[in-house]
Amino acid sequence: MSALVEIREVSKTFGGVQAVTRVSLDVTKGDIVSVIGPNGAGKTTVLNMISGFYHPDSGRIALGGRDVTDLAPSKIAELGVARTFQNIALFRGMTVLDNLMLGRHVHMKSGVLASFVYWGLAQKEEVRHRKRVEDIIDFLKIQDLRRRPTGSLAYGLQKRVELGRALALDPKVLLLDEPMGGMNQEEKEDMARFILDVNEEWGTTIILIEHDMGVVMDISDRVAVLDMGQKIAEGSPDEVRANPAVIKAYLGDTKGGGAREARRG
Amino acid sequence: MAEPTTLPRLLLRNARDFATRTAIREKDRGIWQSYTWAEYHAQVRDFALGLAALGFKRGDRLSVIGDNRPRLYWAQVAAQCLGGVSVPVYQDSIARELAFVWNHADVSVIVAEDQEQVDKVVTLRAELPTLRFVIYDDARGMLHYKHEWLKSFADVQALGREFGRTHAGDFEAAIEQGQGDDLAFVCYTSGTTGNPKGAMLTHANALETAKTAMRAEDFRLDDDYLAYLPMAWVGDAFYTLIMSVVVGFAINCPESPETVQRDLRELGPTLVLAPPRIWENMLTAVQVKGADAPPLKRRVFERFRRAAEQAEILRSEDKPIPLGLRLTCALGEFFVYGPVRDQLGLRRTRWALTGGAPLGPDTFRFFRSIGVNLKQVYGSTETTGLVSLQPSREANPTTAGRPCPGIDVKIGERGEVLVKSAGIFRGYLKNDEATREVIDRDGWFHTGDAGFIDPRGHLVIIDRAKDVGALSDGTPFAPQFVENKLKFSPYIREAVAFGDQRAFVTAMIAIDVNTVGNWAERRSLAYTSYMDLSQKPEIRKLIRDEIRKCNETLPEAGKVRRFLLLTKDLEADDAEMTRTRKVRRRFVAEKYAPVLDAFYGGGDEVELVTTITYEDGRQATLKSRARLEDVEEAPVRG
Repeated sequence: MSALVEIREVSKTFGGVQAVTRVSLDVTKGDIVSVIGPNGAGKTTVLNMISGFYHPDSGRIALGGRDVTDLAPSKIAELGVARTFQNIALFRGMTVLDNLMLGRHVHMKSGVLASFVYWGLAQKEEVRHRKRVEDIIDFLKIQDLRRRPTGSLAYGLQKRVELGRALALDPKVLLLDEPMGGMNQEEKEDMARFILDVNEEWGTTIILIEHDMGVVMDISDRVAVLDMGQKIAEGSPDEVRANPAVIKAYLGDTKGGGAREARRG
Repeated sequence: MAEPTTLPRLLLRNARDFATRTAIREKDRGIWQSYTWAEYHAQVRDFALGLAALGFKRGDRLSVIGDNRPRLYWAQVAAQCLGGVSVPVYQDSIARELAFVWNHADVSVIVAEDQEQVDKVVTLRAELPTLRFVIYDDARGMLHYKHEWLKSFADVQALGREFGRTHAGDFEAAIEQGQGDDLAFVCYTSGTTGNPKGAMLTHANALETAKTAMRAEDFRLDDDYLAYLPMAWVGDAFYTLIMSVVVGFAINCPESPETVQRDLRELGPTLVLAPPRIWENMLTAVQVKGADAPPLKRRVFERFRRAAEQAEILRSEDKPIPLGLRLTCALGEFFVYGPVRDQLGLRRTRWALTGGAPLGPDTFRFFRSIGVNLKQVYGSTETTGLVSLQPSREANPTTAGRPCPGIDVKIGERGEVLVKSAGIFRGYLKNDEATREVIDRDGWFHTGDAGFIDPRGHLVIIDRAKDVGALSDGTPFAPQFVENKLKFSPYIREAVAFGDQRAFVTAMIAIDVNTVGNWAERRSLAYTSYMDLSQKPEIRKLIRDEIRKCNETLPEAGKVRRFLLLTKDLEADDAEMTRTRKVRRRFVAEKYAPVLDAFYGGGDEVELVTTITYEDGRQATLKSRARLEDVEEAPVRG
């Protein structure tokens, strides 16, 4: 079975820093795949290349068999890739509802003038989008927050709203950059539950970066491990857990660990 | 035609006579979705036939767990249609309590709202031998649950429609078989001691109490009621499953527990039932908004609020209201009272009830003065929720109202309130001994509450009868009386008073973390946690001043002399309170024995070692030190 997301030998350098080196990854439709690795391993860079934020220096990325390597982020979003950010990216002054409606933007067809008049098709379209957004509000259990400006919400709730904003795009592929970063245990459990439910309910393929190993091992179908810009392991959570290269990357040995420190400094 | 004798028969009547009237609404996806009585009936019928197909028989018990959802209500009615019994449970109960109730009541079907609730049942499955099916309402996250005994509500209804094709008339025949003496509900009372007890209520209990309520109060077909209180509480069942079916008015399910306030405002219910806690929260919300308003608005609000309060006091004393004050109030209605009621969602409210615990006189008066017809009601699970009620013209903050027509009330030994009516329950399930303790040979139900009948004929409740004691000098001491006075302070959330067989009165106090936290913030007083906040010297002084204020209204011997601020709130999960937030006095006294020793032994500080129980049953211990405080400068020693 061919993969929904195919990453072939992508590399990316920033100035003199080799951030990602010849990383390949196949993500099967409907899977939850976690990308893990120490800080600076290149995880977010990979995510950014999938979403079109960065373009790889070499290598190809394909989505459902179509080459998307050089497409603009907006085009990739139209193809059904949505993402959340490590640092929440919401319009803080806007309400939760408006943020989610904005997430529907790629699906909105009415022109400025038609939307302004708000009549006929434009109205029908708005109602349709609102319905979808209401489904997401119900799904994420944030009914009480509809009219609240996102900036006034607790951190964990903002993360939830951001997931909602990404879901509003009706993505085929959802990229989550540390969805549980900075959360307490209870919030993490809730978020893990939402991620599983999204995957189950809508069959959304999910690629996530996460540091909490407990969560990663619990919810992932497959795990890819990056270290210093290279993929050092890939497999089921159990395989990865037992992989000596992974243990070394995480715990380090005297020589390897020292080398990394030197490089970063 | 004969008067219907069971709730299901009334449902058939409603489906016929009120077919197109709204029976139930649910806010879903931000929109109120309505179901008419005809649709209500069809939903119940399909589910009932589905249950029948699964082998649910006359006398079987069905339990529901979750928020107030139409499907959970329909499930209960469906069970009753088949001659079964509804056993609603509190969804925030810990696993051990749930397992006890489901086993004790031989529950064979549980209808759970969602995955969260289903998970609770799944964990307990092995301990529930009588359980045959679990049916869920919301299918989210349930895709991978593959159990023979787990079904979705929709699937059971589909099964019911299928079954109905080959068994036409079964549903109606089952209703026809039902008798007034059949059990309709087993409502578990949280009980301040030991395991919960299941009060058995029949259809006759329900219908007789409904008749009584209709004689005492004005119910209308076009009324709207917001169903947001726990389904396991008899008060909710009384309005949603009894009065709504008897009268035909609509019940409304909020979108989620968090949106109740907003939903209340959108809906504007005509009847409101709320425990004191809710009224207090509403008042706090008004006060907070008031404090944030610009000075002019604040002054206008304050001016008119005081006028309304004056008028209300005069009215309650049956004195004439001067013309000037009446004019002010008329203006106030336009500028202040009406808009405030509208903001709270009480604009259409014809009458509102508070019960379950005493409500502070200031709070009570506030709502009455802005034109909310707030009244006190008294009842218990064993009396199908109704004993006495204040007539609209006799509302006041101190009494529990007049015994309703057809309900006999008398005062027994030790001042205990005794009740006799057609609404008295049939006894506790599988617990004849407990039943005999509360229903005497002549059929009087012993409420366990101490009280008296005032000259006007109103019932006044003082305390639980068994808690009324005496100080060592013989002065009668009713702890709850003192606690309620303390709790009228906005800063005190819970209080436990001691004094029986002691030289003076002491109290353990749990601060209200919201109001006290707010108070601290306004004074730039930094704090990290409940524990930290509760032991700040400033907060101890704040509470001491509150206690002094309260002491002014207490007789000399009954004044609170020493107190301690608890380092955590009292919790039902820790068995310190019942699910309806009543203090389990004896348990608390045992648990906090070192505090009592220190109170009367003269210590200044005490180490509190408390075990905290999380909702999933895990436990953790918490050690902290708390200071004992004297209320007055001159210290007292036992």
